[in-house]
Order: sequence, then C-alpha cells, then structure tokens
Amino acid sequence: MSKSYTPGLKILDNSSVTKERILPLRGRVHVNKGDLVDSDKIVASTEIPGNVQMINIANKLNVDSADVPDCMLYSEGDFVKKGDVIARSKGFFGLFKSEVKSPLDGTIGNVSNVTGQVIISELPLPVEIDSYIPGEVGEIIEKEGVVIKSKGTFIQGIIGIGGEKKGLIKLIEKDNVKSNDITDEHQNCILILKSSLNLDLYNRAIEIGVNGIVCGGIDYITLTSILGRPLGVAITGMEEVTTIVVTEGFGNVLMAERTFSLFIKNQDKFSSINGATQIRAGVLRPEIFIGSKMDSISDVKNFDEDDLVISLNSQVRIIREPYFGEIGVVVDLPAELEKINTETMSRIAVVEFGDGNRERIPRANLEVILSD
Amino acid sequence: MSKNVNIILATDCGSTTTKAILIELIDGEYRLTHRGEAPTTVEAPFEDVTRGVLNSIIEIEELSNRKILNGEKIINTCKEHNDGVDIYISTSSAGGGLQMMVAGVVKNMTGESAQRAALGAGSIVMDIIASNDRRKYHEKVKRIRELRPDMLLLSGGVDGGTISHVVELAEVIKTSNPKPRLGNNYRLPVIYAGNNQAVDEIKERLSEVSDLKIVDNIRPTLENENLKPSRDKIHNLFMEHVMAQAPGYDKLSTWTSCPIMPTPGAVGEIIKTIAKKDNLSVLGVDIGGATTDVFSVFDGKFNRTVSANYGMSYSICNVLADAGIENVSRWLETSVDKQSLTNRIANKMIRPTTIPQTLDDLKIEQAICREALRLSFDQHKKFAVSLKGIQQERTISDTFEQKMTGESLVDMNKLDMIVGSGGVLSHAPRREQAFRMLVDSFLPVGITQISVDSIFMMPQLGVLSSVHEKAAVEVFNKDCLVRLGTCIAPEGSSDEDEDILDYKLHLHDKSIEGTLKYGELLLLDAPYESFDVSITTKNNFTINGNKDFNSKVYGGEVGILLDGRGRPFKFDINLENRIKKISEWSKKTNEYPG
Repeated sequence: MSKSYTPGLKILDNSSVTKERILPLRGRVHVNKGDLVDSDKIVASTEIPGNVQMINIANKLNVDSADVPDCMLYSEGDFVKKGDVIARSKGFFGLFKSEVKSPLDGTIGNVSNVTGQVIISELPLPVEIDSYIPGEVGEIIEKEGVVIKSKGTFIQGIIGIGGEKKGLIKLIEKDNVKSNDITDEHQNCILILKSSLNLDLYNRAIEIGVNGIVCGGIDYITLTSILGRPLGVAITGMEEVTTIVVTEGFGNVLMAERTFSLFIKNQDKFSSINGATQIRAGVLRPEIFIGSKMDSISDVKNFDEDDLVISLNSQVRIIREPYFGEIGVVVDLPAELEKINTETMSRIAVVEFGDGNRERIPRANLEVILSD
Repeated sequence: MSKNVNIILATDCGSTTTKAILIELIDGEYRLTHRGEAPTTVEAPFEDVTRGVLNSIIEIEELSNRKILNGEKIINTCKEHNDGVDIYISTSSAGGGLQMMVAGVVKNMTGESAQRAALGAGSIVMDIIASNDRRKYHEKVKRIRELRPDMLLLSGGVDGGTISHVVELAEVIKTSNPKPRLGNNYRLPVIYAGNNQAVDEIKERLSEVSDLKIVDNIRPTLENENLKPSRDKIHNLFMEHVMAQAPGYDKLSTWTSCPIMPTPGAVGEIIKTIAKKDNLSVLGVDIGGATTDVFSVFDGKFNRTVSANYGMSYSICNVLADAGIENVSRWLETSVDKQSLTNRIANKMIRPTTIPQTLDDLKIEQAICREALRLSFDQHKKFAVSLKGIQQERTISDTFEQKMTGESLVDMNKLDMIVGSGGVLSHAPRREQAFRMLVDSFLPVGITQISVDSIFMMPQLGVLSSVHEKAAVEVFNKDCLVRLGTCIAPEGSSDEDEDILDYKLHLHDKSIEGTLKYGELLLLDAPYESFDVSITTKNNFTINGNKDFNSKVYGGEVGILLDGRGRPFKFDINLENRIKKISEWSKKTNEYPG
C-alpha cells in the first residue's frame, strides 16, 4: 500500500540530538572528542578579515592609477597604524612630495593599479562558535568545528524568526496573556506562551529583555510589523530580532497541550532555541532543545520511517481549516478517493477526536505527531 | 528508442507534489491509463525526492495492478505480463526558486538593468549593490556574506568606457568570498555582464573565488539595454541550480532512461508543439508551488519566463505581498477580514502540501491563483521583448528614468489559445473554475480558445516528446489537452448595464441569440465543435477591431463565454457592488456549488 506521510514535527520528551558547529572560515577547534561541554563552551574559533576601507591614493597623490604601486611605502599584507604614512608621491626632483596617511589600524589588503585605490582591512574580527547545546563532543571536524551529541527534550516549531538564543524556560500558562503578565522575572529567559503572540506582548518582551519567545500562534500581520516587511518566502533566521518560535501556525491558536505540557515539565530549565526556518528544498524548522544528563543516550527512542507514515492509530494533528490545530487518532483509511466539500476527489482518513466525534479529513491535511 | 515500447512511466517532481503517470500501448495507440500523486519529499526526515517518487509509483501500482517496483527499484524491462516498464522518465522543479543579488555601477541604470535581467529570469532579487548606493565598502561586503545569494550578476560601464567602478565592485565581491546558501560542493556562480574592456580585470579578481561566467554587456551603450544574454545565462544556471539543490536528485537521475528535464523546459516543448501543429498564437502557463512559468508563441516566436517568486505554496505569501491584500480579496464573493485572510494564506506557505477542505478555502486559493497568474503574465509581457533579443533603445532623456520601453511581443489581439497547467488549474474541482481563473487573470481580447492540462501531465509529456514523440503526441491529443471552450471578449468600455453586443449562435438545428450587457458574463453551453457565431457590437465596442464578427468558434467542456466586462478590464477594488458582481459572475458561469 502506498505510504501517506506528511512531515511531522518532532515533539519529543527524550530525544537524541546532534548538532554540527562549523566555523564560517577555517580556524581552530578547542575541544577534544569525548569532552562534555556546556552550551556556552567555545568549541572553535577563527578570525575573519576586519571591515575594509578604500583609500583613493591616485586622487590624493594626484598620480595615475598605474603609478600607485610605485608610490606605496607598504606592501600587501603589511600592518599599518593609524597616522602611518602609507604612500608618497615622487614629486618634482624630490620636492613637492605628497603623502597619504592611514586613517585606521589595519592591514594593506589590495593595491589596485586600475582603480588607484588601496584597501586597508581593520584588525581581524574574532569569530567564535559555541556548543549551542550541552552535550558530548562526538566528532571533530579538523579546523572547521565539531559535532555535539546530546539528549533531552526536543521540540520543533512550524515557523520562526531570529537566530540562536539561550535562557531559562519561563511559562505563562494563561490562554489570554496581557502585556503586564510579562515581568522582570522573564528577563534573559525563554518565554513560553500558550497563547498566540501579539505586537503588544512582543514589544513588552523586548522592553523586559526576554531572549526568546515560544508561542502557539502569531498573526501574519503581527509578523509583518515585527519584521518591518511582509514575509514573502519562509526563509528566516538572520533577522536581528528577539527570536520567536511558533509551534502551531498563523492565527489565534493555542499551543498543543502535549507541547505545552513538555514545557511545564521543563519549567526553569536551561534551553537553546533557534528561529531559523527554511521552507524549501532542504527544509529547516525552528527548534527548542532542553538538555538532560548525558549518561544514558542509548535509552532514547529512535523513530524509523514507519513511525512517520500515517496509518491506523496514528496520532495526528489537523493542519488545515476547518479543524486546524485539533488532535485525533486515525481510525480508518479508506482506499477509494472520496469527494470532499470542495467537490475535490481526495484520499481521506477518518480521524476520531478526544470527544469521540469522527471526521473525514484529506490525508494531505494531517501531520503525524512524533511523540514518545 | 529502438526497442518496442509498450509501457511508459513518467514522473514530475514539483516543489510540492510528485506526479506519476502510466502510459500504455492499447490497440496500437498510446493512452494514459493511470495516475498517482504524493507529496514531494524534501523535508526531514525524508530529504530525498525519490521517496515521493516511489510513493506516487506505488499509488499507480495499486490502481493498475501492475508490478513496477522491486523493492525500491523500478523494474525496467517487461519480462512478463504486468511487470515493469519499458521507459522511465522524469522532470523536476523540486528545488524551488532562485535568490540573487545584482550589482551595477549606477543604481538606477546598470543596477536596474541587472535587476530587470534577474527578474526576467524568474529570480527573487535580494539586494542591488551599486557604486553609488551610499553604503560603505565593508557594508557591501557584509551584506553579500549575510545574504548568501544563490547567484550574483555583476554589471556596469558601457563598452569601451571607464572600468574602474566595475572593477571596484568585483573587488567587493572578491573580498566577500561568496559562498552558496545551499550546498558547499560548488562555487557560487557570478555572471559578469559589464564593460567588455574590463573582462580581463574581472577574471583576475573573480575567477578563483567564484564560478565566473562572462556574457555580453547588459548596457553596451548608454541608450541600449541588452538583457537577453544575461537572462539566458541566469536561466540556464537557474535550471542547474533547481536541479542540483533538490535532495536525492543524483539518485533519481540513475533511475531514468534519459536525463531529467527541468519542468519549465518540458512544458515549453509542449506549448511549442501546440502552436506549431495548428499554426496558432498560444499563451501557456504552468503554476506550481514555488514558481509560475509563462510561455508564449506569437508569430512563431517562442518566449518563456519563469517567475520563481510566484506560486501557490512556498511562494504564496510573495504573491500576497506583491499583489496586495486588496487585489486578492477583490475576487472573493464574501467579505473576509484581512487578518483571517492573511493567516489562511500564510498557513499554506508553512504547510505547503495541504489542500483546501472547505469551499471558502478553495475560493481563497483560486483568488490567489488569479493574482499569481496576473503578476507572472505582467512579468512575461515586460520581458518578452528582450527575450527575443531586441536591444531597447533609450534616449538620453530617459537614461536616468528607467521605465520599460518597447513593444511587448505579447499581442492579445493575435492570441488564439490559452493553455493552463499546474495543480490549482488541472485539479480545480470544476472545469468552469479553471476557465474563469485563466480568463480573469490573462484577460483575453476578442476570440480566444481556453484549454487546460487534464490532470497536470504536460511536464511528463514534454520530456517524453524528446524520447518517444509518437507516444507524447498521441497521449497529448487524446488524454491531456482539455478544450474548455472559447472566450469572446469585446474591446471597449461603457456604463453599467448598457447593451454592448448582439449575438447569434447556430448550434446544430437551433439558434441561440441574445444581447450582452456591459459588466455581464454569459456562458453558453456548447460542446467541442465549431459553431457559426454572428456578433454585432454596439456603441464603442469592437471585436478584433471590427463592429461585426461572423465566423466559426469552438465550444468545449465548459462552453462559450461571452465576457462583457470590457477591455481594458477595470475592476475597481472599491466598487460598491463588487461582491454582488463576483457572486453574479460566479453563478452565471456555474463556478461553485450551491
């Protein structure tokens, strides 16, 4: 029988997780295989060239661009200090020489005989990569980074914005959260809202200094206001905003009970979150990870393909109107196509909800809930 | 193909859905016999397009009782009855869209020329870097590093002019040492389309840090713009990009009998075939999840644009952003609040494989489709001129005010047929819906036949035509192209409810006649045959420039639509009776149940 599966989001109490921590440029790795590390541990570092300034030597010395290399007192790669004379014209018979001083500390990067410009790079900027999650160094990638192995609670959201953030889990359990419910105790924390996030709450969270927000839903219009532009395609993660992870979707929707109960269980524990999302080939979903002790990775439940296939007794979430957000169990999978309300012929599943009601839902509108 | 071919399996891996079709030789004729469909699998844990391919094939196995797979391998020979296939072919657009940065010396000259070339090739332009954009050198470097585009287009300088500025831009790119956003196994493509005198300097700076491609100057002189070479190069690289970035593509390519063809290329082949067969001017569209591809053949000349920023799932919010909420909601016959509407559309973006279960949701998707088609068609019209390779002459006076100039090759008065493909059109529950979506978005003028791909299989037939033309043509004629009917749309404008034409349709032994009012849609039930039609227009209305029209017109599965909404079509968003009008048009065309 053909397998009907839609990608399920992981909501796992006890999961093994691996994270590659790779430098943008080659550098040095500071840990060894087997080391236990905290999430703040710097595992690798490098230096990237500093910002650069272009100095039009030809103009300043009033010489042809082609003559600029001969006027240079320093070569490419040389370090210069602010105020150092870096170029001097030959003048007339050794007189009327012009000079150009370096406006900054840096390294001569490029001397162009075409543009007559010289590039000076500021001092290199150190770039460090931390472990992001607590765990064990499982693999060393020489000069590039490491792979961290860990176990703990792992929850994927459906969409997010902003990059990696860390902090203690703090919950607000109300269905209808007001901005004054966000208080100083939430500073530097990861705030978990069962409700959806509105602009007032977001602004209050920024004011308090919340590191990240995990919520059930968010209005597209609110997200547009936060980003300052409409989100055209779901490729996020580089925004310089307080990180947001949305677990259910757009609209006024509460976080699923199962997800929220995992957060209750982890109240006040340290977590790592990342809002980066890419919904295209090579999909990336936002995530929340709350580490556990590293002594028993082997007892974690692993999922295989069959767990992800929609089959009888699968626990599923409805991901489209009119039952959006509801959770139920698959009780029948008729083989024949059925005509749904739109008059479309569709492969459907019969889903039984918690109150015993059953509905016929297109299989495309179901999402398997992966939980342990 | 030298061997006897009896069974053909073809798949199309779209960004959202993977479609499989089975073609069999029956009584000496190739016919479509079964179809399977499954979500495309590019999301963890199935980051491998072959999973979706296998699922769609398994569906065909179940429906046909034919064993095609042995485990996860396609049985390639027909050793015994009901076992395996003779040919397996595939198309793919599973990788999604293209995100580019462009660079030009002067932002509103070469920068915008480069942007036009990138947009025409269907890219999302993430940023324009220019010598005069007031950003500091290091800010430009930082921007390139942060955005990690899929490709860069560098232009600047007229041929023979100064080279220093464009070389400076090349130095910015070199310093940024650009890396592709997806995949680390190849170097980022950089296309140079600037001053030809600077080529050596550009090569010196960029050939080691990028996959540098040199094309003709996008702006050879101040007055001339030459977009075609850049656009073609972007387009070709885009095809490679789309293919290469789909997880599992390499594996799939070992299964197929011939190279996997990019979906737009395959559909283009079919559109060309339709136009050539009956010497027609044809407009084709394939609307997918991430991209919308528009094809046209006018006067025998083929043009194609791929809008990688407009689609029905991954790119649906980009349609919303570019069209505006008002333009989307104008097609709805109920007043939907902005918040609810935008949330529903955005939920489709984040869960791209879902389908509408309620009639309201279906109507919203079809409203979005109208706008996606309209925007993509606008893009096609704007760039069809340059695709043909004509350099646009610009006078000194418009040198700094860069508006599109030149006549588009798309002439709606010459258009004979519109062909629609893609899930939202081919799988519309009623053919009337596909007919309306195509008419409302392309707004044909005069007499235009409307057709749709029956079950969304043009991509597969496109690639099949390259290996077995007979099979492709036979299936296309018998099973693929559904003739929906003809749209008759007079040009002119008037006041509401004024008579604009009298019509008489000779339908076999009986005649149907009447009067069409301004703002009215009338659907006449007429099967796919040619009928004598007589039309006399009134007031300032004309058909193909004439007051009278007496000729043959084809019916179809939907019929003959008399479109009295005038051309140009002015659909005021704030029209007081908009909802009443939408409702009336819907009822008159039997669009929705109830």
